Amino acid sequence: MEKEKVDVMKQQAQTPLETERTRNRRVYVPKADIYETKNSIVLIVDMPGVDEQAVDITLEKNILTITGNVEPGALAGKTLVYSEYDTGDYQRAFTISDEIDQDRIEATVKNGVLRLVLNKAEKAKVKKIAIKADR
Amino acid sequence: MFGPGVWRFGRLTDSYAEMSRLRNEINRLFSGAAHPFAQAYPAVNIWVDEQEAIVTAELAGIDPEKLDISVQGDNLTLSGSREPETLQENETYHRKERNGSRFARTLQLPFRIDANGIDARYEKGILKITAPRTAEDKPRKISIKAA
Repeated sequence: MEKEKVDVMKQQAQTPLETERTRNRRVYVPKADIYETKNSIVLIVDMPGVDEQAVDITLEKNILTITGNVEPGALAGKTLVYSEYDTGDYQRAFTISDEIDQDRIEATVKNGVLRLVLNKAEKAKVKKIAIKADR
Repeated sequence: MFGPGVWRFGRLTDSYAEMSRLRNEINRLFSGAAHPFAQAYPAVNIWVDEQEAIVTAELAGIDPEKLDISVQGDNLTLSGSREPETLQENETYHRKERNGSRFARTLQLPFRIDANGIDARYEKGILKITAPRTAEDKPRKISIKAA
């Protein structure tokens, strides 16, 4: 039976947003779920190690950038004997459509998961087009 | 890839068993069959000193009530689940990259653990388990007497 392949490894960012960062730390692309409801677009982004103070969200024109800063995870006086993951910051940018109401964006962080609700602008909400039968 | 317990490779006793295990791992890796098992979830880091081991795991968005940690000898087992979002009618995914499912993982630590002294914290999506070494397993300092 073909088992669905799930990629659980952290993916390191190539060149984050084509600019270099001043902090010499690794940058990861956080995994994200995005779904659309009738009134909003919801982003759920996994950023373990990040709390509400460490997340930075900017929306410029239609580019939504999410940045999360993580404290270095080294433990003093202990030796790392086995390692499967490395800590680093998170950065990811999405292009979103113009129909988002930029004043009504809600963001919460809980247990290392960022939840971002982008509400749609009123004018963009309902546009039902009736199709006439052509006989 | 090799699973926890790889530091035992440093011990020269029983090296034949280690060698054959290593050969099997490499064969499995090149046969292509290793992929579904190559990435265990959650990824862990293990830190040790003489007194205790600290296991950290990146587990974003789980309910700490639904996480089980159990200990037997030098084995530590983590199991739990992450509930996927339930979408209403007319709601559709644009992208779905996060994995939501049950997980279970057993780690072998380099010494036996005192099950009563275990401390587990879940903060900012990172699980941190402090597992103290059993008293009889701790290293003893031997003083050398001058003749």
